[in-house]
Amino acid sequence: MVLLTLMAAITIGIVRLRNLFAVVVLGGIYSFLMASVLIVLDAVDVAMTEASVGAGISTVLMLGTLHLTKSEETVPTHTPILPLFVAVVTGAALIYGTFGLPPFGIADTPMHAGPGGDYLALSIPDTGVANVVTSVLSSYRGFDTLGETTVVFTAGIAVLLLLKRAIRPQSDK
Amino acid sequence: MRLDVVLRVATKFFLPFILLFAVYVQFHGDYGPGGGFQAGVIAAAAIILYAIIFGLAPTKRLVPPALVEALVPMGVLIFAGVGVAGFFTGANYLDYSNFAADQAHGQEWGIFLVEAGVLVTVSSTMLAIFYAFAGRGRR
Repeated sequence: MVLLTLMAAITIGIVRLRNLFAVVVLGGIYSFLMASVLIVLDAVDVAMTEASVGAGISTVLMLGTLHLTKSEETVPTHTPILPLFVAVVTGAALIYGTFGLPPFGIADTPMHAGPGGDYLALSIPDTGVANVVTSVLSSYRGFDTLGETTVVFTAGIAVLLLLKRAIRPQSDK
Repeated sequence: MRLDVVLRVATKFFLPFILLFAVYVQFHGDYGPGGGFQAGVIAAAAIILYAIIFGLAPTKRLVPPALVEALVPMGVLIFAGVGVAGFFTGANYLDYSNFAADQAHGQEWGIFLVEAGVLVTVSSTMLAIFYAFAGRGRR
């Protein structure tokens, strides 16, 4: 609860601040708080990813982007009514959706009735890997992870295509 | 960047530990939290830290961009190649059961190799994106 309150406070700070450097730093703090929330929820693997990617790499990339642009946000030219309306409607729909969720930490939810228990029971005899997250990611669901690796590869290649071309010397035309 | 002696010394002190932690996360992923993705990001973060403190030119001598860009598809090839290797052992694509004498050992080998592929692609992609951003400079 404390973590969520802090996250809400940081979100308000991000919305109100005009200095983009402070916004990037607050974004990093938000990611660390999110990682702490995930640790509280016992999702250690996801927390590790959130801390390293969200707070580490993306903060560095944002700072690199800031280095290329101005660090002061320009005053918006349009009224915030329509975006505010869209955000409020989306938020209300999401909150309405949470009423349909089962209570937190209940064992006999549809989520736990599926094959999850089989993975927990079979991971050690099947693969000898104690961390079920690793065995599901790499072995049972290896094809999905291959797809994810390909997504990372595609994203990297796309960024290289976009950014590398711009620094080609002028005589190349 | 002349006066930041504390940062330079602290970075040099921390870098081996960050890289060692990346290796630990990679190879201990079978038993604790972590795996190829997290280890790749941590390894890339160590090199990005070096680049921030010591400048881009020494980092590019240490880890050449050409090597990084060659490693981006290499990881996917390792992953897909491990999958194809499953065919030659008489199993399905991405089924590692026949890599060793018994199934559990084969699975461990397959997971190890696949995680190595993920590590290579993730860390080199992060570094390549960082190089692309940092190499542009202010116009």
